[in-house]
Amino acid sequence: MSDVPILVAEGVTKHYGARLGCRDVGFELWPGEVLAVVGESGSGKTTLLNCLSARLRPTTGSIRYRMRDGAMRDLYTLEEAERRRLMRTDWGFVHQNPADGLRMTVSAGANVGERLMALGERHYGHIRDTALSWLERVEVATDRIDDDPRGFSGGMRQRLQIARNLVTRPRLVFMDEPTGGLDVSVQARLLDLLRGLVGELGMAVVIVTHDLAVARLLSDRMLVMKDGRVVESGLTDRVLDDPHAPYTQLLVSSILQA
Amino acid sequence: MTTPRLAVRDVAKSFTMHLRDGICLRVLDGVTFTVAPGECVVLGGPSGAGKSSILKIVYGNYAADAGAIVVDGGQGGLDLATATPRAVLAARHATIGYVSQFLRVVPRVAARDIVAEPLILRGIDRDEATDRAEALLARLNLPARLWSLPPATFSGGEQQRINVARGFIARYPLLLLDEPTASLDAANRAVVVDLIREAKTEGGSFLGIFHDEAVRDAVADRVIDVTHFTPATP
Repeated sequence: MSDVPILVAEGVTKHYGARLGCRDVGFELWPGEVLAVVGESGSGKTTLLNCLSARLRPTTGSIRYRMRDGAMRDLYTLEEAERRRLMRTDWGFVHQNPADGLRMTVSAGANVGERLMALGERHYGHIRDTALSWLERVEVATDRIDDDPRGFSGGMRQRLQIARNLVTRPRLVFMDEPTGGLDVSVQARLLDLLRGLVGELGMAVVIVTHDLAVARLLSDRMLVMKDGRVVESGLTDRVLDDPHAPYTQLLVSSILQA
Repeated sequence: MTTPRLAVRDVAKSFTMHLRDGICLRVLDGVTFTVAPGECVVLGGPSGAGKSSILKIVYGNYAADAGAIVVDGGQGGLDLATATPRAVLAARHATIGYVSQFLRVVPRVAARDIVAEPLILRGIDRDEATDRAEALLARLNLPARLWSLPPATFSGGEQQRINVARGFIARYPLLLLDEPTASLDAANRAVVVDLIREAKTEGGSFLGIFHDEAVRDAVADRVIDVTHFTPATP
């Protein structure tokens, strides 16, 4: 168990003009920990994710990240080049729509290999071997390595996006509704895959989802958001089984039992 | 006197139902007891007395409204009532296990991997963890042909044996048992009794609910009557 958090958010607030995105969000995330951010559409969870992942500067508040050298740095005081390097190597970002995270006109192998090349890997044979082994891990048939993802199903594209993100063994991964828009059977396969990889690679994850079952399966802790604020937080199973906030009780009681 | 493995003091629990006009259901008050190393304490009392709620509070699954829940697995005591989520997770990793009444199945994960997982999370080699999982499943008479299958379609008794194996494999200093033998046949109930007795001789502590009187008599050092902790009606 590591004693230092990898990500520390304090008082994160984002206004879009007069409209509130999120207000006064704070938490600490440790290596190996999975934090779920749940809430309905418009609750501010995607705004928060974008602030946390250095894609949207908060109006006030700070987000600090522990760099590989151990130094805690405020994301929004980093040089643009440093921030880009983080995004390309240290971090992953899994979008809900795989087309937002993949390059749709290059091959599956190149999609995976690209991030390795960003890390300085130049040996074509190594890159191809690594790409092959990652396709295998995410259960994409290896004979599809030279095909581009336009011909892939939604589930395959999402698995390819995950391989592209995890190939560099990032320390921190952001996920925005990674199972949204997939068939239930495809979701189950993806969840199982994610759960295995998160455990194995020991990375820290912030996952935004409106699906409480996904949060229960993948996360250690969760934040429940409503109208831009965190209304409840804590251990995932505690929040789901003994919800305190009126809104969390409503969310939990609204789940259909299959 | 040795330090108790678990010391629960003055714990109270209520549920406020905001969707039901904020009605407040008081379920427990003044819960106080200890469990010593190597001791098996059984919670007794009728259905609805709050036995399962006590187990869930000790596991951190329900938040206590008041009181202290100090668990000591050998590295000093931790008060779960006030501990951070991270500290509770660490305690679940190393110190407290929980065998719930029903197995929560994960799609596509094989029975043997569900059982081996607590060991793998502790960094034990996958092959060794799998060997130990299979040995325990064999001891609980789960047919080998089921080991590689996800248990979603298994019978209640088969799922419960997987749950029991997952709880016992990691030799937690404190194991919470919620009716671990409810849907088991006599032979498998006897295996569970043996597992508890063996673990006790090695210093393992148990806090459990057993409706089966024969099992309770075979494993319990003490029975605590949970109705003592029923809140006085206002």
